[in-house]
Amino acid sequence: MGIPGSWRLRNQRLSLVGEVCHTCGNKIFPPRDVCPHCAREAQHAFQFSGRGEVYSFTTVFNPPAGFEEYAPYTVALVKLEEGPIVTAQLTDVEPERVAIGQPVEMVTRKLRDDGHAEVISYGYKFRPRITTD
Amino acid sequence: MRGVSIIGVGQTPVGEHWERSLRHLAYEAVAAAMKDAGIEGAHAMYVGNMLSGEISGQSHLGALIADFCGLRGIEAVKVEAACGSGAAAVRMGYLAVASGAHDLVICVGVEKMTDDVGSKLTAALAQAADADYEVAHGVTFVGLNALLMRRYMHEYRVRHEDFAGFAINAHANAVGNPNAMFRKAITLEDFKGADMIADPINLLDSSPMADGAAAVVLCPTEQAHAFRGKPVRIAGSALATDCLSIHDRHDPLWLQAAEDSARRAYAQADITPADVDLFELHDAFTIMSALSLEACGFAERGKGWQLAVDGEIRPSGRIPICTMGGLKARGHPVGATGVYQIVEAVLQLRGEAGACQIHNARVAMTQNIGGSGATIITHILEVQE
Amino acid sequence: MKPITPVGIVGYGAYVPRYRLPASEVARVWKGEGGDPPVREKAVAGLDEDTLTIALEATRNALRRAGVNPQEIGAVWVGSESHPYAVKPTGTIVAEAIGATPYTLAADLQFACKAGTEAIQAGIGLVASGMVRYALAVGADTAQGRPGDALEYTAAAGGAAYLIGPAKESLAVFEESLSYVTDTPDFWRRPYMHYPTHAQRFTGEPGYFHHVLSAAQALLEHTSRKAEDFRYLVLHQPNTKFPERAARRLGFRPEQWKTGLLSPEIGNTYAGAALLGLTAILDEAGPDELILVVSFGSGAGSDAFILRTTEQITARQKLAVTTREYIARRVVIDYALYARYRRKLLTE
Repeated sequence: MGIPGSWRLRNQRLSLVGEVCHTCGNKIFPPRDVCPHCAREAQHAFQFSGRGEVYSFTTVFNPPAGFEEYAPYTVALVKLEEGPIVTAQLTDVEPERVAIGQPVEMVTRKLRDDGHAEVISYGYKFRPRITTD
Repeated sequence: MRGVSIIGVGQTPVGEHWERSLRHLAYEAVAAAMKDAGIEGAHAMYVGNMLSGEISGQSHLGALIADFCGLRGIEAVKVEAACGSGAAAVRMGYLAVASGAHDLVICVGVEKMTDDVGSKLTAALAQAADADYEVAHGVTFVGLNALLMRRYMHEYRVRHEDFAGFAINAHANAVGNPNAMFRKAITLEDFKGADMIADPINLLDSSPMADGAAAVVLCPTEQAHAFRGKPVRIAGSALATDCLSIHDRHDPLWLQAAEDSARRAYAQADITPADVDLFELHDAFTIMSALSLEACGFAERGKGWQLAVDGEIRPSGRIPICTMGGLKARGHPVGATGVYQIVEAVLQLRGEAGACQIHNARVAMTQNIGGSGATIITHILEVQE
Repeated sequence: MKPITPVGIVGYGAYVPRYRLPASEVARVWKGEGGDPPVREKAVAGLDEDTLTIALEATRNALRRAGVNPQEIGAVWVGSESHPYAVKPTGTIVAEAIGATPYTLAADLQFACKAGTEAIQAGIGLVASGMVRYALAVGADTAQGRPGDALEYTAAAGGAAYLIGPAKESLAVFEESLSYVTDTPDFWRRPYMHYPTHAQRFTGEPGYFHHVLSAAQALLEHTSRKAEDFRYLVLHQPNTKFPERAARRLGFRPEQWKTGLLSPEIGNTYAGAALLGLTAILDEAGPDELILVVSFGSGAGSDAFILRTTEQITARQKLAVTTREYIARRVVIDYALYARYRRKLLTE
């Protein structure tokens, strides 16, 4: 993704800022212009806790261009405790020890880094939860 | 709206066509379809394709292919809906004829995937998913299907080998299809021992990337008998959409767009699933076959895999699928696949499917899926008396 | 130095990556078996970690303990010798991620291993002057040692963050501080170089010991404190021996320094080293205890601080993951995986 595109998403990417619908109260991530639950416009920013659980997961052995350095890596659907599901990588984890329902928490890590000249892309990933409430 | 019929079909073999370019492949299919219909011109052409810009550096396929086929000057445009591009192009052709805008329309699906290899091709295919919220996180197209399959196996307590029947059936059927990429039967042991790609999806859960082109010629039903071939009527045609990303769906394990497009197509054709003699579904991965059978009413929720275990999907079964190999064994030239499915259904209804022939096939259904289920096109074809 | 209005630490946070490279692995590859390595093992950053990600997680822990509105943070300073960019601040990314933007100072500091404590000194000044309510000071590094060099045993990854604010909100208050610098070329890295160069034995007495001891002794003298007044001591820790030897020369006993001496287990986290030692101390300290902190950065200089904990410390210790919990989250890797994680393999 290009620089302007990543830049526009920086708050979502770095810290999981989504939206709360002021009509139906549902929490929304990623942010949209129209609420997917009640189809009303205009939402307020909402900071997600970053806590959730693994809804599904897989290990990518054949990565797309730009991700070769990290393979094999684990990708998951994470169900956030506020409701939405997000697609993200799991990090600090052994693929064979991941399980559906496992509690995870958001961390900010490098998504892509050519290690040389390009801008580094940072964003949310999830790891097995070590934070206590 | 006028009735629409298919009066000609053409296809290239599916495979790695190192010596043929995008435009040559398209021409070969179009020329075969025009010959089959016995026509020398057309009023419009709709080109289904996903990756030409990314892989071959070529956009603007409508004009390019029309001109290359000797049809310079006609209305021609590319239609893109990821892996659903082929059937989407047929849908646009259907609307053009049904509306009365055009009488003779060619719909061609073409994909040239081997112009690039490796991680760039993987990245190009991932463009079917949400660039900002799926692809940016390194998930591949296979990976998305693996996420669905893992959850499916977890929720419905299904073993991986319970999906084997889909791959075994597809490979067995492809043996009789001269245009198929893998004309080789496989066993349960082969399936269980295949290399892992994105667990739980292994190599034999997955359809192969390939080059290929397929074409159909459409005209109004009332004019169909004026042409050379045995016409097949498009009794139902519907396209439905869903969220691009899996995580945004209310129920990730339910292909809502499959249900919606199938329901509309059934209603238009005035049939029920029980009337369908064969179903060319979108078996890009075995999990997609199960989800498609469930959403279209052939199996209960969470039971699509059971049809494979019970052999009901085989040519002699209750609902034969992938009768000429499906995506799994005929091959999956992504933007062309939807047209291949329709060409194969036409051959079955004409009784020209050779070794793959389903006995007494009268009603065929095809379903082409774009992305992980965001665009789904269902067609119902019937023998035109 | 003593601020005109009292200033302290409102929140602190640590981060240590989970991978560990045993010194025996470096020895196996480069020296053969045996020898007496400077640390047992060191912390290694994963493929998707760098100074920014380390600084950010430490900062989030500091904010959990502080519980303040990020919009009231008026400065975000990250000290490191391994900033992800030579030009483009790490501080703005941290500030954006925690919601402190846009009305804040943000910058990166570089002073070898004392860049983080330098940020604290600056933060004390800014808060004490009343220009900002809170200032964030971070020391974090993913240090690289040349393959086969003595530094490869110790150059490690980790970081700590401190939210500096008014004393009355603080879990520890700065009683006095002192900085001591000279032009001493004991260790350096030119802009285009991947690995640093060091002056071998010159790094010892003229470098580390001279600055650490001078700063510590001057501060003790100035405040009329003695070693026995302190419950805890933490020094910059490039290995195990240097800080132990310096501590002894200052008259401290092992029970005063053992809590803050992490280098045997995680190596030298450079700008994070003394600051991670301090987070380990703050994790277990009780109220009203005195702590002496002395950093060291090559080039060279030391910052020394006297801190006194307050009643508020106990309630905040458990609000975030502790330093020990991070250290316990340990996955041992071999030299081959280490070479891959630290991008030491040619792949094109």
